[in-house]
Amino acid sequence: MTTDMLGKSVKRVEDRRLITGGGRYVDDIKLQSMAYCAILRSPYAHANIRSIDTSAAKAMPGVLDVMVGTDIPYNPLPLAWPAGGSAGLQNNVNTPRALATDSVKWTGEGVAAVIAETPEQAFDALEAIVVDYEPLPTVVDAEKATQPGAPQLHENAPNNIVFDWTVGDKAGTDAAVDAAEVVVRQRIVNQRLIPNPMETRGDIGLYNPGTDEYTIWMSSQTPHIQRILLAIFVMGIPEHKLRCISPDVGGAFGTKIFCYADYVVVLHASKRLGGRAVKWIESRRENYQSTIHGRDHITYLEIAGSKQGEISAVRVKTYANLGGRLSTIGPGIPTTLYARVLSGCYKIPNVFAEVIGVYTNTVFVDAYRGAGRPEATYVIERAMDLFANEIGMDPAELRRRNFIAPDKFPYENPSGLGTASGGAKIYIDSGNYEPAMDKALAMAGYAGMDKAKAEARRRGKYLGVGLSTYIEVCGVAPSKWIGAVGEGWGAAMWESANIKVHLTGKVVVTMGTQPQGQGHETTYAQVIGHELGIPMEDIVVQHSDTQGTPMGYGSYGSRTSSVGSTAAIRAAAKIREKARRYAAHMLEASVEDIEVDGAEYRVKGSPDKKKTFQEIAFALDLAFDAPEGMEPYLDETAYYDTPNCTWPFGTHVAIVEVDEATGHVDLVKYVAVDDVGNKINPMIVDGQLHGGIAQGVGQALWEGAVYGDDGQLLSGSMLDYAMPRAAWFPHLELDETVTPSPVNPIGVKGVGEAGAIASTAAVANAVNDALKPFGIRHLDMPLTSQAVWKAMQSSKGAQA
Amino acid sequence: MIPAAFDYVRATSLDDALARLAADDGAKVIAGGQSILPLMKLRLARPETLVDIGRLTELQGVRRLPDGRVAVGALTTYAAMIADPILGHYGLLRDALPNIGDTQVRNRGTIGGAIAHADPASDMPAILLALDAEVVARSATAERTIPITSFFEGAFDSALRPGEIITEIRLPGGRDDVGSAYSAIEQPASGYSIAGVAAVIGARSGDRWGLCAVGVTGVGEHPYRATAVEQAIRGGASVADAATHATDGITVASDIHADREYRTHVAAVQVRRALEAAAARLG
Repeated sequence: MTTDMLGKSVKRVEDRRLITGGGRYVDDIKLQSMAYCAILRSPYAHANIRSIDTSAAKAMPGVLDVMVGTDIPYNPLPLAWPAGGSAGLQNNVNTPRALATDSVKWTGEGVAAVIAETPEQAFDALEAIVVDYEPLPTVVDAEKATQPGAPQLHENAPNNIVFDWTVGDKAGTDAAVDAAEVVVRQRIVNQRLIPNPMETRGDIGLYNPGTDEYTIWMSSQTPHIQRILLAIFVMGIPEHKLRCISPDVGGAFGTKIFCYADYVVVLHASKRLGGRAVKWIESRRENYQSTIHGRDHITYLEIAGSKQGEISAVRVKTYANLGGRLSTIGPGIPTTLYARVLSGCYKIPNVFAEVIGVYTNTVFVDAYRGAGRPEATYVIERAMDLFANEIGMDPAELRRRNFIAPDKFPYENPSGLGTASGGAKIYIDSGNYEPAMDKALAMAGYAGMDKAKAEARRRGKYLGVGLSTYIEVCGVAPSKWIGAVGEGWGAAMWESANIKVHLTGKVVVTMGTQPQGQGHETTYAQVIGHELGIPMEDIVVQHSDTQGTPMGYGSYGSRTSSVGSTAAIRAAAKIREKARRYAAHMLEASVEDIEVDGAEYRVKGSPDKKKTFQEIAFALDLAFDAPEGMEPYLDETAYYDTPNCTWPFGTHVAIVEVDEATGHVDLVKYVAVDDVGNKINPMIVDGQLHGGIAQGVGQALWEGAVYGDDGQLLSGSMLDYAMPRAAWFPHLELDETVTPSPVNPIGVKGVGEAGAIASTAAVANAVNDALKPFGIRHLDMPLTSQAVWKAMQSSKGAQA
Repeated sequence: MIPAAFDYVRATSLDDALARLAADDGAKVIAGGQSILPLMKLRLARPETLVDIGRLTELQGVRRLPDGRVAVGALTTYAAMIADPILGHYGLLRDALPNIGDTQVRNRGTIGGAIAHADPASDMPAILLALDAEVVARSATAERTIPITSFFEGAFDSALRPGEIITEIRLPGGRDDVGSAYSAIEQPASGYSIAGVAAVIGARSGDRWGLCAVGVTGVGEHPYRATAVEQAIRGGASVADAATHATDGITVASDIHADREYRTHVAAVQVRRALEAAAARLG
């Protein structure tokens, strides 16, 4: 019986723990003498703070401390990724404060913190804090915020502009647009989303006065990065004085990458209390008001080409709403991760993008599942449909004519991937787009759509079909690219793995990556079991703690399977090589004569002369017979920096029916053919796709963060923010093509974001297709019943 | 999401609960807790004392009254109503109950709690309006019967007086010559109705319907009977024409999910669909 589980749909080893209540999330952790923190949040979206009176709160029962902004020795949080890559580009930077000092810029910004014996006492005391606000005019729309006369948020950011960033060949693109036979223009809104991981955020700060060291438990995707940011850039201590522990994390979708104000509050609070642990747990309402939001772009799109369907240029101007202050990597998302991949899987020779980052009186915006790439995919995939409609060509045929051909890789795209600063160039290294599209079209019954549309009309429904032939840049990223100053976040992006083989041959793997529900404990065990020829059950995978795991940059950007697994494979190779050398010693053979077959180390030509991995581990651990110069014990670490990102692609097809009477959209069929390269665990890949597709469909049809003009978050809870529900989905029909990635030894690409990147455009295209009989060209998301019905009404009015 | 401090008492009987309410102005009743607990967690409600009537079995269950009508105990949960064989005869309940909330809400939420809360978009009020139900309410000193048509007075506001507890809801007995249905378009986030319509219709006699009652929720300031629709139907109008009167005389609500224009439109659509489905059940 084989023990090699690589590529098999093994059930997840963490699920017994996670689904039977055995998980250990931040809020499950209760330390001795632990105090509780509650944060007072601004009811105004824009106001100056005249004064804060905490005296009554301090006298409340159980209250241990009340902190305001001026109690924090160094208050501003760091910005790790300004917009870069253009010479002389200026970022007008304003970052959040651990607690607000002189002003608030959005509803929900933290103003004061109460530390009390119980959470109830802490919440009660919040009501006794008196803040004297001077309300100021507000602006929540990014485009309006840049207009003359708009309320100004920051003195150093005239017209609320964070940056005005460009990429691509402006002159060439302008000329191509001017010369084109056909130019289609459209204003496209990619609405703001609230990410909604199942577990909200939370943290526990603990200061040890005896050692002058801090520990923080955090629901984070990036404990190692948080140690760097918090220690060096906020707390003013070296990294070895701060330990970051990220226990089980109940979903994140990007929201838990960043450096948040509450981390700073609980660390200082613990020190102020002489070392009592201080816990803060975010409520869902706070999560909506003070954890990052996603998307929120207003884009003016122009797509140009010939009547025969040859696309010659794409030109966009995008207003990216970044909120009231900048989140950790907020500016990087609408620049590098959006505009540099705007041309998608198409050989569009001229691309130019201008992105204006804007402050508004809203929560900060940062990376949310897909992070820039869903926004880019939505723009280019809507653009392809708009262009196809304009010239009367089938949208699938237009895509086919413009795909980058399979023999053109590595492909340097014109939207700036190849022109990044720091000398680093990134190429699309592989792809074969047409077979994936053909497979998806066949599965969807694309050829029979006219008949299906006619049949639906007889039932009072308008049927529509939509494509999304997406690519994504995953496995971020080579340090030479993302770490280049002014381009990425100014730090490295390598990964790490340590493998220790214990006396009994059992293996403990520690990783620098950080799961949030993806099943790393299963997939790494599959990879390492394959490499070392041992059963998965003999391997335990650990992570989450800066004390005890090698330095790594965490999990986001679909990078774990590509970058993390390669580090693990390299560590395993070192283990195997040392085991082989010791086997040679044990078998009195030369190293060159030892061949490795799974867990067996044999002398070539003498198959009975062999040692097992377990025998070698045992002997090396006892080490009484170690040869001269060989260290005891099997313990190896590998650090791995990838030469390139990975480039998953595929075609998603959505079929919807629109109810003529109410405008209600029903998703009736969904087909996805994804090429994520080789798969470590196909079941987990399917799960990632299911969740990602649902999130993307959520954006297309239901989700939207809505601010009133006064900056109040009207979609402030799940009663008003529509999360997708399982019952609203048809069976998701998944299939694949397999184009292994050339950048890592197992040919994987990553799949965490693919579904969310692809599905929004497919469903939006389908709804717009369904509305074509009404002469509707483009309708912005979310495509709610009301929005669709109103569009149909105004179109009927126009036709009458 | 932590409530302000409050006292909690578990009533040992209905009389005990009523006595406690009479003695304490700051006391509020909790049954299934599906309405008051979220309000308390947001500190929008701050009762000094919660009187828990949730375990009073005397207020649970469905029974047929001697006059043929059906009495539903105020503490009967949605789940218990779904499982009840008597209520299974009501088409509109079969339509509506499985779509109220989720499994947890249906296991905890009660019919009495739903109408006492008087949410303007709750499904159950529309159903009870269409059924011409009666609400039985008791205080420490008296019991009275309130016609459902005069029960809802505003958003989260009902004819229930301080100190009163709903004990049961009385429905007309199921009749074979009546068809009923419930049709709603939901606000996708909350699951509450943007427009929910319950229709009860009697068999045709000649060119006239024998009976027509239409309850509407989610549309106005509180759930209401669409009397203009009923009159049009009784006057011989077609279902499609009658449905256009769905919001006559009503101040139609507007929010981020559905503005006045759209809500007015879909109210008419749901009235039409509910009436058509009810008529179809007449066979």
